Amino acid sequence: MPIQTVKMVVTGPFSAGKTEFIRSISEIDVVTTDETISPEAAEYGVKEQTTVAMDFGRITVDDDLVLYLFGTPGQRRFDFMWEILAEGMLGFVVMVDSAKPETFREAKSILETFRAYAPTPYVVAANKQDHPEAWSPEDLRIALRIEDHIKLLPCVATERESVKNVLLELLYSILDEMDAGQ
Amino acid sequence: MALKGNLADFSTTQILNLIHLARKTGTLRLFEPVVSDEIITDGAGNKRRRIVPGEERASIAFRDGKLILAAMGDQDGHLANVLHKAGKLNAEQARIIRERGAKYSDKALALMLINANYVTQADVVRSIKQHTIDIVYDVMTWEREPFVFEENLTPPPDRITVPIDLKNVIIEGTRRAQEIKPLEEELPNLDMALKFPESPGEKFRGIHLSVDEWRVVSYINPKNSIRQIAKACNMTDTEIRRIVYALLQAGLVQLVRPPGMQAPVPAPAGAARRPVVVPPSQAIERSVVERLIQRIKES
Repeated sequence: MPIQTVKMVVTGPFSAGKTEFIRSISEIDVVTTDETISPEAAEYGVKEQTTVAMDFGRITVDDDLVLYLFGTPGQRRFDFMWEILAEGMLGFVVMVDSAKPETFREAKSILETFRAYAPTPYVVAANKQDHPEAWSPEDLRIALRIEDHIKLLPCVATERESVKNVLLELLYSILDEMDAGQ
Repeated sequence: MALKGNLADFSTTQILNLIHLARKTGTLRLFEPVVSDEIITDGAGNKRRRIVPGEERASIAFRDGKLILAAMGDQDGHLANVLHKAGKLNAEQARIIRERGAKYSDKALALMLINANYVTQADVVRSIKQHTIDIVYDVMTWEREPFVFEENLTPPPDRITVPIDLKNVIIEGTRRAQEIKPLEEELPNLDMALKFPESPGEKFRGIHLSVDEWRVVSYINPKNSIRQIAKACNMTDTEIRRIVYALLQAGLVQLVRPPGMQAPVPAPAGAARRPVVVPPSQAIERSVVERLIQRIKES
């Protein structure tokens, strides 16, 4: 029997925690295509590598079903990859760094871009909720103008249970959409 | 949780809207922007120098989502000055009251002035309200000041506070601020339509709209694109953008995709290329999703 593959995309601004998110749940070491950021940036405490093409993680359900997680590159100059990664996705997660309001505008822009690619269900993950300066999910919903029926979930991408919760909520949304479409 | 940021990333209008919708109580403090040596990266991966807070420039207090008091760092917010600015006291009266009334709280001073028939209670309320709103309008034109919203920090009890509905302030402040801000960035697609939110009657109660705004409101229907409304109202793109933006910011209308319109292709800032609409995923059976859920639960 051929293996059926299902694809979900994890997107969001630069440094929102997409790679960490996939790393926390993937059963394989995440395949990353990172390039080193300039030494100057690293000196200032910004992360040292950034995703260029994509991150890739996998969750095997059984012999004939596999879930692939694709993380998009956050930097705008690599956005040519976005629509390629969006092709055929079952749903997507928009990661937002809750403690960096300077990235909210970009997060909203990315969200709208992916909504335009495909009318698939999505959830917003309010990441880094363990940060002392994190905005609450309720405030983020208003700040990002996320409609009430879209799930905006607290998240700490380094914690497996938190990531599981986000993915499960996305899958529940996909089921709801299927039910509504019947 | 803390609400910290910079107006370059999150504008005063957005903050006011957040405070209004979340019915927050607290004080918004804005600071002189000081450029530091620290480099930060924005959401698109662009680097820039971090702007850190300098001296406090303004503070604006809110209770349950309503504006109640504002103070500008370089202005003396003494009640006598506020009444003088409103034309209720002349300069000499204001000077004398400032000198002799220095030891009194605002409330005590107001009571004395009312009892002495210098002013009425309505004068005091109106003057403080106008003073507060003027400061907020001024702040709404700022673009790069660091801010922090301190939850549950309110003015001392001896200060006179006047609850002011933020919806009208947001509309008028946006109206003014937009004179100097490119509207296209905020509302790029005029082929989108508008609809009223839940309970429109409640949201519109007490709202003061201009004649042009009412004309636009009268055409709001998910079937009418913004472009069609502009044509019906004989408005330019800029004029309609200005009005729709103000209505959106005040939460009086919402953007929707009109019937028959394909998924909108947004034009994010800096993105010159046009995204291609990707075909939807192949049909996935419900049982597949249920198996995925089970697998993740067990993992």
